[in-house]
Amino acid sequence: MAKKFKTRLKAKLKDGKVNIKAIVSHPMETGHRKDKKTGEKIPAHYINEVIVSANDKTLLTADWSGSVSKNPYLSFNYAGKSGDKIKLSWKDNQGNTGEAEKTVK
Amino acid sequence: MKRRTFLKGSLAAGVTGATVGGSLLAPNMAFAEDADTAKVTDPFAATSMDDALKALGIKAEDSDKVTVVAPDLAENAAVVPVEVKTSIEGAEDIFVFISNNPTVYSAKFKLSESVDPAVKCRFKVGKTGDVIAVVKAGDKYYTNKKAVKVTKGGCGG
Repeated sequence: MAKKFKTRLKAKLKDGKVNIKAIVSHPMETGHRKDKKTGEKIPAHYINEVIVSANDKTLLTADWSGSVSKNPYLSFNYAGKSGDKIKLSWKDNQGNTGEAEKTVK
Repeated sequence: MKRRTFLKGSLAAGVTGATVGGSLLAPNMAFAEDADTAKVTDPFAATSMDDALKALGIKAEDSDKVTVVAPDLAENAAVVPVEVKTSIEGAEDIFVFISNNPTVYSAKFKLSESVDPAVKCRFKVGKTGDVIAVVKAGDKYYTNKKAVKVTKGGCGG
């Protein structure tokens, strides 16, 4: 299961700010969609919590719903420096988790 | 005699079975009640903008300092890039609502001090409507919105 959801993380220093970009491979099912063949509802399956931290200090926490796109993307800047250890971890509503780590260059 | 005790035993077992069943049912029913009231208490389940704001306890005022960057016309309704930024100092939380989705409350970003108050993310936008951002700074909430048009087939305007 762990390989099913690939978490990609980028951290880049630019003009004194660190830009963080992340993409998780995840279906992000809303629970409203129906299977075209069987007509049954596809159960909701989405990431509902994302935590990004630098050097074990939380930078950003995101609570998501099924309205976030498939393979969700997240990007933001923070005042950081080279050598910061960025860690991103997420949880979905079916109990799957994932994480990625990166050191700012 | 043996048969009688057996009957008694099974009767007793039946009774305890029923009570066990009852106690098992009880929390389920309580849960169902919770789910009913969740319409008001769980913002993620809210189906209208007013309900979602009420559930979150937000009373927001319009502000030019909040900017929602999104395309006027969504090329792909399932992937609409949205950026929310603000020049308000001390922004703590950024909420994103999509007015015409089945569940309007879409995301919340909690920012720490060192993070710039600007977040980029991608959302599904089911129907033509507004992408609404609410920024919390201190005890106050500020809001702004951007209309996004969704066309079927992705062509024309």
